[in-house]
Amino acid sequence: MRRTLIGFTAIALVAAACSSGGGNTGPVETVNPSGSHAPVTLTVWEYWTERELSNLNDVVKLFNQQYPWINVDIVPGKQFNDYVRGINSGQTIDVAIDAGPDNVAKYCSTGAFEDLTPFISASGLDMAKTFPPAASKYTSYNGVQCTLPLLTDAYGLYYNKDMFAAAHIDGPPKTLSEFEADIKKLTKFNSDGTIDVAGWMPLSSFYENYNFYNGLPWGATWYTSDGKSAFGSDPKWAEMLQWEKGLIDYFHGYDNLQKFYADVGGPNSEWSSAQAFETGRVAMAIDGEWRESFIQNDKAKINYGTAPWPVADDQSQLYGSGQVGGTIVGIPRTAEHPNEAWAFVQFLTTNTKAVDTFAELLRNVPTTYESLKNPVLVNDPLFATFLDIFQNPNSSFPPLTTSGTLASDALGTFVSKWQAGQVSDLQQGLQELASQIDQQSQLGA
Amino acid sequence: MVLLFMAPWIIGFLAFIMYPMFASLYYSFTKYNLLQPPQWAGLFNYRYMFAHDSNFWLSVRNTIWIVVFGTPIQILFAIVTAVTLTRVRRGAGAYRTIFFMPTMVPTVAAALGFLFLLDPAGPIDTILRLLHLPQPLWFSSAQWAKPSLVGLGLWGVGDTMIIFLAALLDVPKQLYEAADIEGAGAWRKFRSITLPMISPVIFFSVVMGVIGGFQYFTEAYVVSGGGQSLGEPQGSLLFYSTWLYQQGFQYTNMGYASALAWLLFVVVMICTAILIRTSNRWVFYQGGFR
Repeated sequence: MRRTLIGFTAIALVAAACSSGGGNTGPVETVNPSGSHAPVTLTVWEYWTERELSNLNDVVKLFNQQYPWINVDIVPGKQFNDYVRGINSGQTIDVAIDAGPDNVAKYCSTGAFEDLTPFISASGLDMAKTFPPAASKYTSYNGVQCTLPLLTDAYGLYYNKDMFAAAHIDGPPKTLSEFEADIKKLTKFNSDGTIDVAGWMPLSSFYENYNFYNGLPWGATWYTSDGKSAFGSDPKWAEMLQWEKGLIDYFHGYDNLQKFYADVGGPNSEWSSAQAFETGRVAMAIDGEWRESFIQNDKAKINYGTAPWPVADDQSQLYGSGQVGGTIVGIPRTAEHPNEAWAFVQFLTTNTKAVDTFAELLRNVPTTYESLKNPVLVNDPLFATFLDIFQNPNSSFPPLTTSGTLASDALGTFVSKWQAGQVSDLQQGLQELASQIDQQSQLGA
Repeated sequence: MVLLFMAPWIIGFLAFIMYPMFASLYYSFTKYNLLQPPQWAGLFNYRYMFAHDSNFWLSVRNTIWIVVFGTPIQILFAIVTAVTLTRVRRGAGAYRTIFFMPTMVPTVAAALGFLFLLDPAGPIDTILRLLHLPQPLWFSSAQWAKPSLVGLGLWGVGDTMIIFLAALLDVPKQLYEAADIEGAGAWRKFRSITLPMISPVIFFSVVMGVIGGFQYFTEAYVVSGGGQSLGEPQGSLLFYSTWLYQQGFQYTNMGYASALAWLLFVVVMICTAILIRTSNRWVFYQGGFR
């Protein structure tokens, strides 16, 4: 029995040692579109399906006009775990398109995706002149640029102009004090104390509000200079949560807000015509740039405007910024044709016609300075707000770490417990949260 | 020759059962992010689990809740349903089919169905609103999320019910006739005849229910929406297996996830052994065979 166990353990150890693939070591060469070339097929894994997949295929057609000998084989519906499994098992993936920046640090720090710096240098791509700073930041980790941005979301404030006029409010709030005052002017309670119309829903679980509670409007920092979680040491987190608590109290407590949330259709209403801003049950909402096309598609009869979200009174320099973050594109280490893959990645992320086409089709914010001038998008004032938010130097995505979404998941759970009254000592709770994140980050290799 | 015929099973067993088991045992002593070779970490993962991981204890509490409340309620519901069905005179076959049918619905589809039914804008809350009764947020409420999952479990209790039904129909009628002659009432007959006679099936259901409770995952994953909202609201649906999944596949801490998996394996083995060891006190086997 003992010998059998030793045998099995030995097999396991050998198999474990053999389970990670190597990287590409070939020289970087830029692909000349005008030369003659043998046909090449690129395997592209990406996450879109249905309509968005069809839009991607439209852009691939543009690519093929320039690179007719490169056949692009799209494999749709892939997610982070698929990439990990595929790369780990040595599967050929020439280009990977992931839904967001959450795992960029993992891709870059482990060598799962190639460092694109040699390709960028070889093709003379000037990152600073091509992409706004926020996009360069959320596509790289510790100086390794292993992905490039392909369209992004930007978050701001949607406000109902008719309700604002009825409440004699001139324009969108710029500070949290103004925001709070406007919320109170716009809110209507029923005679039994339940909410009829909310000026704004303060719960973090409401639609896209969690982006607001990632701390940016307060200028809150996620990590200290030595890489430790700052939730317990940066007083702005407590300030943010106390502000939220004040609003929850104004709305007669968490249960009353939960009741209102249920009354407007709960979380699922966000993706239907019952969405509370579209039906006029909330006067202001934090949302992404895509809400405009939802409002059009749902034929919602609301007169509305868009603006950057309000910021803390002592952080006026942050006004105009917002949370941003979108699709990232990289070349996995299991790519068979890295040079051709780079030609595709460069075209997809920097070719103005490609980015313009894709941004117009998906109605997302384009990620290059050139495409941010696209008149189709710029001349739509409701959408232009989000183009400006993306370009604001203070806009950002939460800091990337090799733990992925660990910190934001933990923060989200803590905020939801706090607002439900399950945290008795806020400062102690925040310190425990920070300690939990610091401890957990040690679990990674 | 025997080995040749057994070879497909042996190869499958070694490749798909033994290798993953021993590989995960090895990984449980490493830091392994799936994208780089594992690094030996000794007992770090196990120490971390007990000393520093507050979510580990939260997931243990939630899992024990499901085992302690979910399993007995489901077994009780299955027994009551089966007993009721034995009393049905007309259309018994149709009723049995109706009660069994939910078992044939895949767990994910059932969970999605309950998400629709218990949506704040869904049919159940609409009816409650019309009746001026409180409308809970069900899966969106930390207080109601786990009880709602128990409700979902009751809906799919048909497989356990059908085993109880078979056991009930197998109880010799002469035992009840003898009890009637002795003047026993319905409750006395149930307690002294029915329960002992179906106790092997209760035992089986308890063992399977406890194992299923410790591994509770799919329903919780579906109703909390997966991804970053896994375990929400407020961590009330963070079960042991969902935390294990989150560590292994969301945060790619596969070494730690393997340690969690091995602890679960050991705990399930111990609980099952305790149930088996104590079964001779309350499980009655006809003819005394065990």
